[in-house]
Amino acid sequence: MSNTADVVIIGGGVVGCAAAYYLAKAGNTNVIVLEGTKSIGHGGSSRNGGGVRQSGRDVRELPYAMYGIKHLWPTLSEELGVDVEYTQKGNLRLGKTEAHLEKLQTLAKNAQSVGLDVRMVDAKEVKEICPYLSDDIIGASWCPTDGHANPLTTTLGYYKRALEMGVRFYTDAEVTELRKVKGKVRKVILKDGTVFEGETIILAAGYESRYIARTVGVDVPMTRLIDECLVTEMQPHMFDIMLGTAGADFYGHQAKHGSFVFGSDCGYEEVTDMTDPSKLITNAMTLSASCRAIMGYVPALKDAKIVRSWCGWLDNAFDGVPFISKVDEAEGLILACGFTGHGFGTAPAVGLMLSQMVAGEDTVVDITPLRYDRFKPCR
Amino acid sequence: MMDIQEKLKEIGPYVEAEDDGMLVCRCEEVTKGEIRKAVHEGIFTIEELRRYLRSGMGLCQGQTCGKLVKGIVARELGVAPSEVEPASSRAPMRPIEMEILAEDGGVAHE
Ligand SMILES: Cc1cc2nc3c(=O)[nH]c(=O)nc-3n(C[C@H](O)[C@H](O)[C@H](O)COP(=O)(O)OP(=O)(O)OC[C@H]3O[C@@H](n4cnc5c(N)ncnc54)[C@H](O)[C@@H]3O)c2cc1C
Repeated sequence: MSNTADVVIIGGGVVGCAAAYYLAKAGNTNVIVLEGTKSIGHGGSSRNGGGVRQSGRDVRELPYAMYGIKHLWPTLSEELGVDVEYTQKGNLRLGKTEAHLEKLQTLAKNAQSVGLDVRMVDAKEVKEICPYLSDDIIGASWCPTDGHANPLTTTLGYYKRALEMGVRFYTDAEVTELRKVKGKVRKVILKDGTVFEGETIILAAGYESRYIARTVGVDVPMTRLIDECLVTEMQPHMFDIMLGTAGADFYGHQAKHGSFVFGSDCGYEEVTDMTDPSKLITNAMTLSASCRAIMGYVPALKDAKIVRSWCGWLDNAFDGVPFISKVDEAEGLILACGFTGHGFGTAPAVGLMLSQMVAGEDTVVDITPLRYDRFKPCR
Repeated sequence: MMDIQEKLKEIGPYVEAEDDGMLVCRCEEVTKGEIRKAVHEGIFTIEELRRYLRSGMGLCQGQTCGKLVKGIVARELGVAPSEVEPASSRAPMRPIEMEILAEDGGVAHE
């Protein structure tokens, strides 16, 4: 089959697969997706906590986070023919101290300024929304339109549907280099030497995007950070809301299947050094630290058994919001990376906007603040 | 490199079989037919399959059905079972209560 397409997407995560789907939906099926590992969704896309939230986000991200929740998530299962388990029952961000409440208030105010319904609730109202929470909680912020979904079926759902529509997917296809032809980025070169060509190249390879972009002289400031999740055995149904905390010590929800999925950490993430980052080894301390954090807010779960834990890499942009941008010095290249640990909830909107950027259309919301060249010297 | 569309063509469409109703993953109640069908939808690895159907994601974490699932996927793809990579094992080895896991001597958050 031909190695040339209109669009070559590097990275078979939720962003790459969603972009492929929205391109196909708009009528462009001449699309190739290259995934470096053997499995679609091997990266953060299948390792995240499933939060589909607007609250707590930077105002630069809120417009498209809100767009996706309003227009894309509600019908996604139907569209893809796969149950993505989207549940929109609200998000409580919990506080135990006055300092926590202050932080939540600031976040709430920022979000309200761009039209998001998020407000502060007191301890009594917290209990009304979710009776299983600890008495130590003195207040929370409440965003009724936040929710969660299943990242595994969402990622594979986009993949499956795009595949059905004719998009070509390659796995075990690790990209090492981009090359320009007549001043335009066009060639995508794999580790095994295979060459693909595209009129447009979308770079959605998580942190690795940085190394790939550098081969055409583009660098975006981001770092890599490890993050972990765990899951309990199936529990009787308790609640449908998403939980987070002002202290950022854990977040999570009960999945449709009955198990609870939580994300947490042990405090040593920043000094994690894995010789081979693809090995994805969990830290022996995190499981216990996570359980303590969770029980501190949801004591009712103390007897729940943990069946599994895992880790994944975050591609943290220097200022906490992604790079979704064409590149002046590298015509033909579109960056979609730096999602900083919250790119799952926004993936449908980002995928849609990427398809619009390829077509040369205006994106559904303005994303100029996410340009790759937004950094100016700060000293 | 695996060309998914080419491989799908090579293995042909999903054809129902008599024993498709057989339960393979007992914890999550996944049948042989569901697994076979998923392969024809482009789900080629055990890692993807677990995420797509939840096979091997229950209490026993695939210790019972892991081999069986591998065999079914291999047959559907027309490769030897040894060519199908097993899923990664994940901690803890046995399900453990939160309250017990929490007793590692660490301090509370905050
Ligand atoms: C533990 C954890 C919890 C999280 N919780 C949440 C949450 O609750 N809510 C939320 O919104 N977000 C969350 N996130 C973040 C979210 O998972 C990511 O932002 C999102 O998945 C980004 O999607 P992606 O497609 O850009 O990245 P990825 O899924 O990382 O996809 C990139 C793909 O590119 C491939 N690749 C890498 N290098 C190459 C190469 N050289 N050639 C070809 N392919 C390559 C990778 O294998 C990978 O499949 C969490 C992340 C983690 C790790």
